[in-house]
Amino acid sequence: MASLDDLKKRIASVKSTQKITKAMKMVAAAKLRRAQESAEKGRPYSEKMNNVILNLSNGISDKENAPKLLSGTGQEKSHLCVVMTSDRGLCGGFNSNIIKRAKSYFAKILDEGKELKIITVGSKGNDQLKRVYGDKIIENISFKESKNANYFDADKVGKMVIEKFEAGEFDVCTIFYNQFKNVITQIPQAQQIIPLNNEGEENSSEESYEFEPDEDEILSNLLPKNISTQIFKAMLENSASEQGSRMSAMDNATRNAGEMVDKLTIEYNRSRQAAITKELIEIISGAESL
Amino acid sequence: MSEEFKVEIVNPEKSFLVKDDVSEVVVPAFEGEMGILKDHISIISILKPGIIKILSKSGDENYYVEDGIVEFKNNNLSILTSTIFNLADMDKSKQQDLLKEAEEEANKTDINDQSKYLADQKVEVLKTLN
Repeated sequence: MASLDDLKKRIASVKSTQKITKAMKMVAAAKLRRAQESAEKGRPYSEKMNNVILNLSNGISDKENAPKLLSGTGQEKSHLCVVMTSDRGLCGGFNSNIIKRAKSYFAKILDEGKELKIITVGSKGNDQLKRVYGDKIIENISFKESKNANYFDADKVGKMVIEKFEAGEFDVCTIFYNQFKNVITQIPQAQQIIPLNNEGEENSSEESYEFEPDEDEILSNLLPKNISTQIFKAMLENSASEQGSRMSAMDNATRNAGEMVDKLTIEYNRSRQAAITKELIEIISGAESL
Repeated sequence: MSEEFKVEIVNPEKSFLVKDDVSEVVVPAFEGEMGILKDHISIISILKPGIIKILSKSGDENYYVEDGIVEFKNNNLSILTSTIFNLADMDKSKQQDLLKEAEEEANKTDINDQSKYLADQKVEVLKTLN
């Protein structure tokens, strides 16, 4: 059995761990509010962008010659996967959930004998993927320096993806991120961004637009922007999810530490009592023998 | 009958500006400046670097944009842009910074004609501001 001194030390150490996790929880809660706010503020832009593109692609006359970013290259041989994770750990299952989702997708693609290329955004994803898929990772981006998700960073990733697409390096591009539902639920998502997947969303309003310049030109100007916008949206959702996930993970950790302190305190008191009883018995039996 | 319509400017980070009492908006569309009044036909167009003028009862406002899309439908004007500045809040040093950036871009040799054209436009617009 551990001595009284050891127990004391352990209680102190668990208590200080609890303080840390509690502080992290508070910080995550404050950051979560900000991240959630910016995720909500960012929604109108991506929604409007989607709307305009929907209207445009409905209005496009020549589907055969539509921009490749919209209709695809006509084959599906090579897949590019952009896996977006966090740069920091201690956020529960946040990263593992994305990685799990991505890995099952990778396995499917490799089973079908297709080519796989990976871009990781965020260092945690890279750490987890490089063991198994190290040779498939073509690029690793990390935005450790930027405090909040910003459009400038998303645009960098977007431009890179488009560059690679135009160089014919892949046919299909999918991004992986966590969609923020609420603090305890984040849903890992796989979203295909090239070619654009409209999933049969028919726009009911048969409003005809005037285009200036013509549809093709607007589309070819707009589609690259849409890629960046989608990536930015994923980044915003991700950062809200990360903070939410960290908050609940740290909340759990704080509670567990509390339980542990309680258990250790009981044990400490019990052994202290045992020592006192033992001493008493010794004194009494000593006195009796006189 | 009121001659006013609604304008909404959004950038990726947030909804930048919403105004209900706008009488006219002039946007730097790709093929030249375009004035939009109430009951304009539905239109989608892209923007080049330039100045957006918003005329309304509560006062006129000018914004500098570098790119974007405009969509007008049912007397709702939506402007999507990634870079926008209110001219009233923009001081000289900020202008100089942007101008310098644009000039550097315009002087690059490895860019294609379209981005060259856009960069030149930027320089031109920013110069007129000074």
